[in-house]
Amino acid sequence: MTRLPSLSFGGRVDALPKWSKVLLWILLALFFYALPLLELPVIKTPDTDFAGVLFTVAIYCLVALGLNIVVGYAGLLDLGYVGFYAVGAYTVGVLTAAHASWPYLLVIPVAVIVAMISGVILGAPTLRVRGDYLAIVTLGFGEIIRLVITNLSWLGGARGISGIPGPPSVPANNADGTVTDPLFEIPHLVWQNGQPLVDLDNKTKFLKFGVIDAVPYYWFALSIIILVLIADILIKDSRVGRAWEATREDEDAAELMGVPTFKFKLLAFAMGAFIGGLSGALFAGKQGFINPQSFQLLLSILFLAAVVVGGQGNRWGVLVGAALVVYLPERFRGFEEWRVLAFGIALMVLAIYRPEGVIPPRQKRRAKKMQQEIEALEEGALDDAEVTHG
Amino acid sequence: MAEAAREALLVVDDVTLKFGGVTALDGVSFEIREGEILGLIGPNGAGKTTCFNVMTGVYRPTSGEARFTGRPLTDLKRFEITKLGIARTFQNIRLFKSMTVLENVKVGYDARSRKGIISAILRTPAQRREEAAGDQRARELLEFVGIAGRADELAANLSYGDQRRLEIARAMATGPKLLCLDEPAAGFNPAEKAKLMDLIRKVRDEGYTVLLIEHDMRLVMGVTDRIVVLEFGQKIAEGSPAEIRDNPAVIAAYLGVDEDDAS
Amino acid sequence: MDFALLFDHFFEYTITGLALGSIYALIALGYTMVYGVLQLINFAHSEVFMFGTFAVVWVLFAFHATPASSTAAVIGYLAVALVVAMAVSGGIALLLERVAYRPLINRNAPKLVALISAIGASFVLSEAMGLRDEIAKKLHIDGGIGRYIAKARETSSIPIDINPKTLFTVGDYGVTTIDLLLIGAALVMMLLLDQFIRRSRLGRGIRAVAQDPEAAALMGVNATRVIQTTFLIGGMMAGAAATLYMVKIGTTRFNAGFILGVKAFTAAVLGGIGNLRGALLGGLVLGVAENWGSAVFGSEWKDVVAFVLLVLVLLFRPTGLLGESLGKARA
Repeated sequence: MTRLPSLSFGGRVDALPKWSKVLLWILLALFFYALPLLELPVIKTPDTDFAGVLFTVAIYCLVALGLNIVVGYAGLLDLGYVGFYAVGAYTVGVLTAAHASWPYLLVIPVAVIVAMISGVILGAPTLRVRGDYLAIVTLGFGEIIRLVITNLSWLGGARGISGIPGPPSVPANNADGTVTDPLFEIPHLVWQNGQPLVDLDNKTKFLKFGVIDAVPYYWFALSIIILVLIADILIKDSRVGRAWEATREDEDAAELMGVPTFKFKLLAFAMGAFIGGLSGALFAGKQGFINPQSFQLLLSILFLAAVVVGGQGNRWGVLVGAALVVYLPERFRGFEEWRVLAFGIALMVLAIYRPEGVIPPRQKRRAKKMQQEIEALEEGALDDAEVTHG
Repeated sequence: MAEAAREALLVVDDVTLKFGGVTALDGVSFEIREGEILGLIGPNGAGKTTCFNVMTGVYRPTSGEARFTGRPLTDLKRFEITKLGIARTFQNIRLFKSMTVLENVKVGYDARSRKGIISAILRTPAQRREEAAGDQRARELLEFVGIAGRADELAANLSYGDQRRLEIARAMATGPKLLCLDEPAAGFNPAEKAKLMDLIRKVRDEGYTVLLIEHDMRLVMGVTDRIVVLEFGQKIAEGSPAEIRDNPAVIAAYLGVDEDDAS
Repeated sequence: MDFALLFDHFFEYTITGLALGSIYALIALGYTMVYGVLQLINFAHSEVFMFGTFAVVWVLFAFHATPASSTAAVIGYLAVALVVAMAVSGGIALLLERVAYRPLINRNAPKLVALISAIGASFVLSEAMGLRDEIAKKLHIDGGIGRYIAKARETSSIPIDINPKTLFTVGDYGVTTIDLLLIGAALVMMLLLDQFIRRSRLGRGIRAVAQDPEAAALMGVNATRVIQTTFLIGGMMAGAAATLYMVKIGTTRFNAGFILGVKAFTAAVLGGIGNLRGALLGGLVLGVAENWGSAVFGSEWKDVVAFVLLVLVLLFRPTGLLGESLGKARA
């Protein structure tokens, strides 16, 4: 009896016509926008504002996407990624609060460009250095940045910078700071005995960026993630993505096939710095203050853990990895203490048993699927042979 | 004489290469002429691979130079040499294992791409044209070498013979004038070698010039137009296969005949 | 920038820099040996050192040492502490090799994967120390070990006072017993290690594997043994460094390893990674440079000196000052 290869969930999704795939993506995006409003009991975080946690998840996801380009696509181990994050945040801090009063939205592109420039400055001399040394050099740079922001009083020193504005509210608040009426209000849900009810006491004002409600910041970050994801998909499936992958696989062979590997490594660094800086800028805008405590080496390691645990080179995997890194300690309060230990163990286990990470890049899954199909067909052939030869 | 000089595509000009105390190449001179299949042979340790690496710009000679279409290769970066028109395969097969067969070839084609990251994001018409052209050319090349059916498989999953073919397709995708094959028949059985010989001739018929390093005498004699023989880093013979086959110095080099030691 | 401060107290900054650098040198030996043999950056070596420092504290607790203890007793306690610290650090190093690296070495895994495992191991070890109170609670271990566990994230101090005596003066600085102890210990350890590498069978094995692992295997050298020995020796050196560190500084924490580890790694690269004498030279140079830097720029920039030196060396002279590797006959 021939057995047909069973279609996996992914297989069935791939087979749908294009318009329904687009629809699915839109529905998925809408779900994520609605997530903080749904207040689902199972995933809510005790003790901490769920929307705030979602915002942090979003920031980490953005960072993970950026680091994934550097580590996952181009194969460059960067242990100082927190540096770009800090550059983005501090550029915002300096230009909106500490030494100027530029509007926040205007500063974001500046912060991103400054971060990108720092990426090029870091990359130009260091990318000629081989893999494991590169890791240590980047670590050194990350620490130098942290020590500079701690010691330079121009950057606020150990106290940091406070009074950083966020995105402008729509409609704008009054000049004296009093809040004007929002366009409309969206109530959250509240669950009683498994039944969702509309909670008129808990509403998000659209679109007010204030101090209490993290939801609008989360929406802002989510929108940026979607844009970055789209760009990531477009870049990966082009000569740039191929050049990165070839460089990662076998740099010498890639060069001999005409790939200007140094330029592409620098490009990966610059892209990573761009996204890291963007994330830092968003962080600064929501938190309202920044200090060196937020930019420790430990953060670089957690970012790296997110990328490695999620599966290097796989953008969806690293999003999951980033979400885990942030969400687990918030959801399971006792976990906070053990978080770093757990991720240390995870890194070791993954390095030893599964270097490709939790979700292997799609290439390997495709190959595995093909293997299964071939095996199934072969089994079918064998069964037929048995039937004829009895 | 003048005729030959006009056709010379790559010239090895009195190249000497010393590694520490070892002289790997000693005053080697020869040329590769357009449209021919040149074989580079010699016993183990003769310096074939070293010479090959000098000719493809991987090594820099201690003295002398290699010139391609008149341009010295010494100061060019590796990817610039590829853009100049020299492509190569590797003795120990260096494919991009985690990429598909088609993608491997596309990487070669990308060598002449002018589009960068911005046009990739914006998907400009020029970028899309380039991608389509690359896709088409890659499939043509896979067809040419005979592995078109495996386009979407991972390079790592190919059989040994197919991997070698893929390497040739990838090298051809860079659009070279000179295609250098480094021991392409290593590990092949006679039937596969015969097919490879056909493929090499097909490649030359498409207008490429071919440089071939090989150990297998029958293959070299059967497919090349001219042969250069190295021994201990020096060129000891150069000529047509017939001339080389009867050349006493070549025979001695391979058999290592020494009257006193003859059993 | 205060050059006057440096020139006024030149000998003080330089000699204490040498003393500090001796500690870096001893830790650097571990990094350089492992890299010379395996081309692996043992990121977790900093925790090997950190465990040694806690061993010293705990030995002194076990002896119920106090500031009132007699000098002779203290010296005795410290001698025991030295041995224990070397054993503990050596043991942790062996554990690391077995758990975090051997599976990867056997599989010839890419260096970056090994580095990720190393980073993971580093955090597992430092967090284990930082969570020892929680772990003890979970395992229901109590009774009498309160001091050892303490509040795990806080600093632990040795329970004695060490008042260094000035022996002689150079310029206007009084060189103390501790300065001499540190510098002397580093030199002696260096000499012993040098002899070991050059004369003993295991030492020859280490050099062979560092130079050409395959040929070494063909000559009958047991690579696993060699690698274990390398880790063990590096660990023991770190344990010795830990003891000297506690004598000089007196306090430690679960994450004290990190900064010292990076500085020691800088020292190793500065001197020439894989080169034992380079580790000594690099350590001393770094210690002095740091002190001079803190005099000129201010003490808050001390650590920046190390990181900047690290970056500069890796970028512009990755082979280091002495440049040779363990494989060559010079140890």
